[in-house]
Amino acid sequence: MEKNWTGPALRTRGLVVERGGRTVVDGLDLEVPAGQVIGLLGPSGSGKTTLMRALVGVQDHVAGEVTVLGEPAGTAALRRRVGYVTQAASVYTDLTVAQNLRYFARLSGLPPSDAEAAVAGAVATVDLGGHERQVVGTLSGGERSRVSLAAALVGDPDVLVLDEPTVGLDPVLRRDLWATFRTLAAEGRTLLVSSHVMDEATQCDRLLLLRDGALVADTTPDELLATTGAPDAERAFLVLIDRATQEAR
Amino acid sequence: MMLTTAGRVLGQLRGDRRTVALILVLPCLLLGLIAWMFEGTPVLDQFGPLLVGIFPLIVMFLVTSVATLRERQSGTLERLMTTPVRKGDLVGGYALAFGGLALLQALVVVGFALLVGMDVAGPLWLVVVVALLNAVLGCCLGLAASALARTEFQAVQLMPATIFPQLIVCGLLMPRDEMPEVLEWISRAFPLTYAVDAMQQIAVGAEWADVAGSVGVTAAFIVGAVVLGIVTLRRRTP
Repeated sequence: MEKNWTGPALRTRGLVVERGGRTVVDGLDLEVPAGQVIGLLGPSGSGKTTLMRALVGVQDHVAGEVTVLGEPAGTAALRRRVGYVTQAASVYTDLTVAQNLRYFARLSGLPPSDAEAAVAGAVATVDLGGHERQVVGTLSGGERSRVSLAAALVGDPDVLVLDEPTVGLDPVLRRDLWATFRTLAAEGRTLLVSSHVMDEATQCDRLLLLRDGALVADTTPDELLATTGAPDAERAFLVLIDRATQEAR
Repeated sequence: MMLTTAGRVLGQLRGDRRTVALILVLPCLLLGLIAWMFEGTPVLDQFGPLLVGIFPLIVMFLVTSVATLRERQSGTLERLMTTPVRKGDLVGGYALAFGGLALLQALVVVGFALLVGMDVAGPLWLVVVVALLNAVLGCCLGLAASALARTEFQAVQLMPATIFPQLIVCGLLMPRDEMPEVLEWISRAFPLTYAVDAMQQIAVGAEWADVAGSVGVTAAFIVGAVVLGIVTLRRRTP
């Protein structure tokens, strides 16, 4: 149960999720190794967010098996070890950056003295130094989403589930964030990162491509280009999606 | 984690001075109107304690149901549900924070009522205790009600839906023993009835021993409302 967990970090067997009377994830089998950055890609409505919600244990109507670090998703013990960042920045807009981060640090079980250090560390990681005392509501959209990311980092989780963390960020920040993700993975953490920017796929160790709640590809960036013969990630995905659509007919 | 959550909620309130001012000043203004209207009569002595008890119930219900709905819609509740925080810590944290605000409200309103001439025959501290219990009750009911609301419109409508029937049959408009029997029975199922009963008795000189029963029932309703608040808070949502 340490960071050097050797089994699959995330695993699903026959995962079925229904949302609003519709089957959003349909019999998904997945196995993700620990200590890597895994890209979760797919068209909108393909079930990326639903899969993430099932992995962090807040999705209802889940059938099948979902385990994180060898334990059933959503157990009390796992909630200390898994950090989740929703697509919209989910922090308190009427509190300051530091107040938000301190609150989530304390909730993750840190005593007040350690919480301060964790807050300072997370602020530095997302490059928000100098904004600590600013009310979140007065920050820009990109800054808010970084506060939201920092709120997941303060608990020092082993697994990070990030739903579109780079949306609305400029290229410089996107590059810096991906460098941060690489560092976090190098420390033994597992990151599941959803994105619709296909260029970002090349920065991942593994790629999962979802379409209509089913896994179309579980591959690496190099393999993806090799098997499709496409010149870049974006066109490779179009090839795979088109192929899957034809097979479905 | 309950204290941490209460601290966070109070931090949010500190940033929203206008709400705090409204919570503290509005009941005083209304009480002042009544005092002015019925100057020279014992009306304020009779109804003052009742109002002091009813304000916190309504205000805390509204504030909590809106605050919780905001948490649901902003995604912060979903995030909280992925952290080690227990549902009881969240409900308790809200109840503590708003309970603190309610205590302040009760003290300010009672102080103001005395200033404009309210004369309570029973002990004043009992008035404050019953007001505080009502506030916590409103807080927990608001939390539970917010689970039923999908939009702000619904959340605001839930206040009259849950509070007004209680106000109508609690004995404020008509003594309960003069009501149709069915309504009298219904009134026994509502928590506000007991709080109003206690306040009515304190107004005419009841001591702690006389109202202990009513206060106890109110406290039991609070426990029920806390449980309801925890049960309606779902970790997994569709």
